[in-house]
Amino acid sequence: MSTETIDKPVVKESEALLSKRRRKLISDPLNDDNPVTVQVLGICSALAVTTQMKPTLVMAISVIFVVVMSNLAISLLRNTIPSRVRIIVQLAVVATLVTLVSEFLKAFAYDMYKELSVFIGLIITNCIVMGRLEAFALGNKPYDSILDGFGSALGYAWIILAVAFFREIWGSGSVFGYKVFEEVFGANIATNGLMVSPVGAFIILGLIIWVQRTKTGYVEHN
Amino acid sequence: MRQSNVYVITFSIILTVVLGLLLSGTSQILGPKQKVAIELDTKKQILGAVMDIEGEQDILGLYQKRISSFVVDANGEIVEKNEKGETLIAENVDVAKNYKKAPEDRLYPVFKFHAEGNEDDVESYILPLYGAGLWDAIWGYLALDTDFNTIKGVVFAHAGETPGLGARITEDGVQARYDGKQIFDENGELVAVEMMKGEGKDYSDDPHKVDGMSGATITANGVNAMLKNYISHYQPYISKAKSGGDAVAIK
Repeated sequence: MSTETIDKPVVKESEALLSKRRRKLISDPLNDDNPVTVQVLGICSALAVTTQMKPTLVMAISVIFVVVMSNLAISLLRNTIPSRVRIIVQLAVVATLVTLVSEFLKAFAYDMYKELSVFIGLIITNCIVMGRLEAFALGNKPYDSILDGFGSALGYAWIILAVAFFREIWGSGSVFGYKVFEEVFGANIATNGLMVSPVGAFIILGLIIWVQRTKTGYVEHN
Repeated sequence: MRQSNVYVITFSIILTVVLGLLLSGTSQILGPKQKVAIELDTKKQILGAVMDIEGEQDILGLYQKRISSFVVDANGEIVEKNEKGETLIAENVDVAKNYKKAPEDRLYPVFKFHAEGNEDDVESYILPLYGAGLWDAIWGYLALDTDFNTIKGVVFAHAGETPGLGARITEDGVQARYDGKQIFDENGELVAVEMMKGEGKDYSDDPHKVDGMSGATITANGVNAMLKNYISHYQPYISKAKSGGDAVAIK
């Protein structure tokens, strides 16, 4: 696990609902400690679902739901989970939540379900989910865990949405299915087929990581 | 205490039961809704073979007005009841399940696209297709003109073809290449339509060839095999319907 457990601070009774410390729980993963670009987790799905904005958005919302809810569940159970089977317990909770998401999509957004079904299932293996459970939820109170999960998932969400934005506009000339290129330049603008294939996602993701690390000055230490 | 075997086992059992109940409950509650969604999706695909349904609101209503269906067996005879004696409904025939049986044991649904309100005024016959692509199953619907030769439209779908390569069979642009092509040659022999290797060539003067998809030759081969294979299974019905006029085709 590339994150370290955040030391549990002594929470005073009167801590504000969104105190500075709690705001940091949400804001840190958005940039300085981003799960995708800094911790380099969840790359698999970041490559797979990002050819278009719409499925990416559904994926992002699903991951937010799963991370927040599993963080909440594990945090509530943290004092009862036997440590010897904790990984299996986490897995069972995450798998249940993922199945729920998949079932709901199948009932209410069948087109999305068809497009995303495999990748929704693979949220189970998204390292961000288990990473947050191990590193945070097992040792922190429910409300903090929700914030932490929300922050991490949001950090993942904005990165994959950014990747999807560039891939869709260069690969298909559209944004959310709306044909931007056609509107602006007329019908015959060539799109870049590379962007539609997973290779395109690697390139975009690499560029985002490059830009971000240049700005934050983050360097990986061995 | 929290580390004792009894505690671990009890905890695991309780967790399993709770999660199990949650999942089976959800599945029970959402089941009917999912069935409707699947039905809508199937009907969308069937209609999509003959018309542009983009932005169409009332798919089910349209389907009811324009499509009638029946089931034939491998000899082209209309089958009305299954082995259990229940009335067969073409929409409920699972093509994927039938694909696993031997071709002569399968049931073959036929969908007639007809003028509104008149079942005999058939505009095209829509036949389901099923086969294998590069990674996983591919399927679709083939709409034939009343001459049972000219293709009026196709839709393809897939379970796991590569996005941007094989998955392009779902694109309108690729499917439109089949429009107006023919499945029988001058002697009445089945040749189907072959998607060629390579992309960007003009096959408009060859009724049995369409332009390929660059980088997706194996998916294209799968589509070719699926077309030929499934049309050949429908051939007994096609020849009966052709010779006997609509007498066979009408329920």
